Amino acid sequence: MGEDKGKEVTKLQELTYELKIDDAMTKEVVTVTPQMTMAEFREVLRTHRISGTPVLEDGQLVGVVSLEDLINALADGQLDATIGEKMAQDVKTLYGDEPLVHAVGQFARLRYGRFPVIDREGQLVGILTQGDIVRALLRELEIDYHAEEIHRYRASHIFQDIVSDEAALVFGYYVVGKDFNAAGAASSSLKTTLYRLGISPPVIRRVVVATYEAEMNLVIYTAGGEIVAEVRPDRVRIEAIDNGPGIPDIEQAMEPGFSTAPEWVREMGFGAGMGLINIKSCADVMRLNSTVDVGTHLEIIIYTNTAGKHGAI
Amino acid sequence: MKLGDVLSIIEGKRISKDVDLDMEIQMGCGADLMSDVLSFTHEGTLLLSGLTNPQVVRTAEIAGITAIVFVRGKMPPEETIALAEERGIPLMASKYTMFETCGRLYQAGLPSCGLFELSLSRWRQTFESNTK
Repeated sequence: MGEDKGKEVTKLQELTYELKIDDAMTKEVVTVTPQMTMAEFREVLRTHRISGTPVLEDGQLVGVVSLEDLINALADGQLDATIGEKMAQDVKTLYGDEPLVHAVGQFARLRYGRFPVIDREGQLVGILTQGDIVRALLRELEIDYHAEEIHRYRASHIFQDIVSDEAALVFGYYVVGKDFNAAGAASSSLKTTLYRLGISPPVIRRVVVATYEAEMNLVIYTAGGEIVAEVRPDRVRIEAIDNGPGIPDIEQAMEPGFSTAPEWVREMGFGAGMGLINIKSCADVMRLNSTVDVGTHLEIIIYTNTAGKHGAI
Repeated sequence: MKLGDVLSIIEGKRISKDVDLDMEIQMGCGADLMSDVLSFTHEGTLLLSGLTNPQVVRTAEIAGITAIVFVRGKMPPEETIALAEERGIPLMASKYTMFETCGRLYQAGLPSCGLFELSLSRWRQTFESNTK
């Protein structure tokens, strides 16, 4: 599903704006008091498998103490010093109702391992580490992912849900002639659609390779045309239809390497005279009709319920 | 082979912003003819090409190509980079020729794309049919 990757990056950024720090933080906070010793603090870290805690005195946040402070105390042989002496007192906090993106910025700027999270009354409500942020984002992405899965699941059962003797889904795509920047967009959209319908990847590959070659032919040789995909439970049928100029000699056009493509098309890696051959090798059935100055009609059928004649591709 | 390994073997540079260096590729294909890419490659392939137009990315997407390396120090135009980012296909650059870039990767153990049934049958038809 490589094609969705680019979207996920923006999706992540979007999520950091949507989610609140409340949504990501750990709510059950282990706290310590300034009077406890560093040796006791070591036991707290060990028991809870954490690397730092807020320090509370009479319910008020007075500092943050971390594994790093413990290591320093160990190095100085001061395990019996109190947490109050070793903790960081200048505590940077976050508000629970702020968007997560603010926390991301603070982590990047201050490089702290954790931030205590307080409410607007100044009461400690949680603690936030970078790990919490990653977990929250993954959780949200998974929800989205499941939504997409359900989407696809429903789409792939469409034929079972329809009550009829015969059913077909028809998709039409318009192809603009000579527009190389948009060329391939129809095949790309069809690929996404077939994927959602739950068609097997090897079949999708054959369908979209054939469709893409046909689409490139419309772009290169015609003023534009139409691609119609008709999906039935047992097969996909693609038609590429244009209004000219038409192919004078179809037999010759079907010879490998025969091409009438102009130089600029060849420079783009197309027009090597292999397009129709490729279509033929992907298709179970291929019909090509053309009349000069009237137009060309290409029909391709690929069966979905068998391996087909090119199941290996 | 990981994309990170590819970059060090060809002494290449990343073009796309987010190239996942841990992304795995199984085989390589060097081609400037897009029809060849469409008929001989499949999922998990690294494409090496001297062409830099957006159609290379489109073709890669259709063929299920994992990543693209542009050879001979070519920098693709903005439209190509934009389309590749949209479609999630990482782009990289090599200063070496197609021959040397492919050679370095092949020597490092990256196999050629496996789908050569079509080219084999073509070979047999053209070069071995009259020896029977």
